[in-house]
Amino acid sequence: MEPDQNALPPEGLPPEKTEAQRATSPRRASGLRSALQPALRWETGLAIVAVAVVVFGVLTSSQFLTSGNFFNMGVSSGEIAIMALPMTLIIISGEIDLSVASILGMSSAMLGFLWSEHWPMLAIFVVLAVLGVVAGLFNGLLVTRVGLPSLAVTIGTLGLYRGIALIILGSNTVSNFPAPYNRIGVNPIPHTNLPYSVVIFIMLALIFGVVLHATATGRSIYAMGASPEAALFAGIRVKRVKTTLFVVSGLVCSMAGALWTFRLDTAVWNNAIGLELSVVAVVLLAGVSIFGGKGSIIGVVLAVIVFAGLQNALLLTNFNQEATGIVTGGLLLISVFVPNAAALLGRARGLAISRRPAPRSAIGAAND
Amino acid sequence: MRGSVKRALWAPAVLLVASTTLAACSSSSSTSASSATSASSSASSTGSSSAAAGLKTGLKVFVIPKNLGNPYFTTADSVQSGGALAALSALGESGSETSGTAATPASQIPAIQAAITKGANALIVSATDPSALCPTLQSAMAKGITVVTYDSDAPTCRDMFINQASTAQIGTSEVDVLAKQINSSGDIAIVSAAASATNQNAWIGYMKQELKKYPNMHLVSIVYGNDDPTTATQVTQGLLQHYPNLKGIISPTTVGILAAAQVLDTSKYRGKIALTGLGTPDSMKKFVADGTVQSFELWNPANLGYLAAYAAVNLASKKITNSAGQSFTAGKLGSFTVGADSTVLLGPPFVFTKANISQFNF
Repeated sequence: MEPDQNALPPEGLPPEKTEAQRATSPRRASGLRSALQPALRWETGLAIVAVAVVVFGVLTSSQFLTSGNFFNMGVSSGEIAIMALPMTLIIISGEIDLSVASILGMSSAMLGFLWSEHWPMLAIFVVLAVLGVVAGLFNGLLVTRVGLPSLAVTIGTLGLYRGIALIILGSNTVSNFPAPYNRIGVNPIPHTNLPYSVVIFIMLALIFGVVLHATATGRSIYAMGASPEAALFAGIRVKRVKTTLFVVSGLVCSMAGALWTFRLDTAVWNNAIGLELSVVAVVLLAGVSIFGGKGSIIGVVLAVIVFAGLQNALLLTNFNQEATGIVTGGLLLISVFVPNAAALLGRARGLAISRRPAPRSAIGAAND
Repeated sequence: MRGSVKRALWAPAVLLVASTTLAACSSSSSTSASSATSASSSASSTGSSSAAAGLKTGLKVFVIPKNLGNPYFTTADSVQSGGALAALSALGESGSETSGTAATPASQIPAIQAAITKGANALIVSATDPSALCPTLQSAMAKGITVVTYDSDAPTCRDMFINQASTAQIGTSEVDVLAKQINSSGDIAIVSAAASATNQNAWIGYMKQELKKYPNMHLVSIVYGNDDPTTATQVTQGLLQHYPNLKGIISPTTVGILAAAQVLDTSKYRGKIALTGLGTPDSMKKFVADGTVQSFELWNPANLGYLAAYAAVNLASKKITNSAGQSFTAGKLGSFTVGADSTVLLGPPFVFTKANISQFNF
């Protein structure tokens, strides 16, 4: 497994503590490369699960592989999939953004309000983009410049942005958006069978995939997730990159807000309330480490296929809907448990083979 | 650095494969889409007619409440309570209940889409939102699927709406119920929900009209609890302090009547101030048992579901159309006539008393 990571305490500890401990890990430099190895294996497993879900769907319903159903599948999970992409980069960088669904809700409320005030659609889109950027920037500055933990900051803005949505729109519901927009929930892109949200997801996945896996910025995101101090000493502008990630997340979530509003033809302050948990669930299912430094976009694509496919297949098979939460929740638990179980086993085995007392800091809980 | 180059190439390559697979998946399935449409059109003709009633049997009917795990809809839909599924099985149809777990359009729409995909002949829907469901319901109607709404309407996006109670009947009957309890005289007040609530204000309008029949009953105040238990409790307590001679309270909201009942449930007020309105039997059982509340109203959700099922099967069998004046028989409930705007009215509100309240669990 990854002996270098075993030496690290779980994340969340203040930098002063981890810095001293990380200095004791001699193999930190090769961490980046070895970090990708288990991720690759995880994605192989995920691909098998994705195939299994498709086979399950095909076996239980003759309707599973129809274009109409594919459309439904894509349209119902589109926003979750889109918001999972920036979330992936943020989690890999060692942070988290729990305000994503609230930004979506705030954007939806703003869209509804401005439309009811007869603003032209183009101007509304500009406002939404600015709103998303500002919301993300606020998160990012609190995390990087003020130095607050992102978990606390974004739980705060989760409430704050949702509250602003309520202030913008009150208890009103705005619907009856103009014709081409409000049909995206039922009509595919002309001459195709693809919903708009799926195409947007594929395009964004390509962009995020290239940035994460093929650019210096992408490598720096892994580096700061694996060790913020090492990344800082390596000359990476950790704060700037992280702030940018939060801004991008805000922008993408604001765009998802427009998709959500048009798809349901409804702007209401509580749109997509609680959806952040589904987004985080998909990202974790993708094999992205909640401690940062590990994960890939292809994993997210596979996780989206598993998530959307499973939900849809269970709907088609008259499966008790109350129990789908158990299935998706169980899958998520397994996805967190399996890599850690392997790590625990690896540690225990390493301990048995070495037959000598290892330094306590290196074996952690496995020795207790 | 070789490793990172390999990684750099690997990710977009696999992504490309993945996206082409997705695209292939959708294009290869476009052929089966046409067969799906023909399957659903043939499905509607497979329903065999039972000569006696002129109703088709074997129809696939999906009952789609606002959400699952909601006791109100469990009563409206289930076989045990004699709701929609009981009616469907009695008629020989293949009925099933489906929905999301949250009462939101985003959660309900996938269930509606799945029902359409599964070749439904009829949908019985309680709309989580009047407009959000429209595109999906319209696409169902375009495929020849009968769409009936019950409990909560989606106007212009359905064939028929089964209305649980008329606005006028709720308003007038609550005044009548209270008048009976306080011998048609004394000061009364109303504990409403939000001041802006359309249905509340419409009911209150009919209450004022009905009060003209009772010259000795005086409406002294209307307070607003905003359907929040704490606020409703506070405004009720305020009423009691301001109007010591108060004889009766009407609260046409389930949250308000519960809060008011809790305030009145003390020896000081019990039996001295009458309370009625719209409530759910489970929440009110305690207060009916100890005499704080003699009677209150709501509709019987099981009958609502039962009627919706009969209406849907009659429509899907083309035995009736949805135009005003058409009539049909709904089993034990008797005969119903389609009213204006393709709406069928269940009937006067159901009055819950000590005698019947134990039969209901929602």
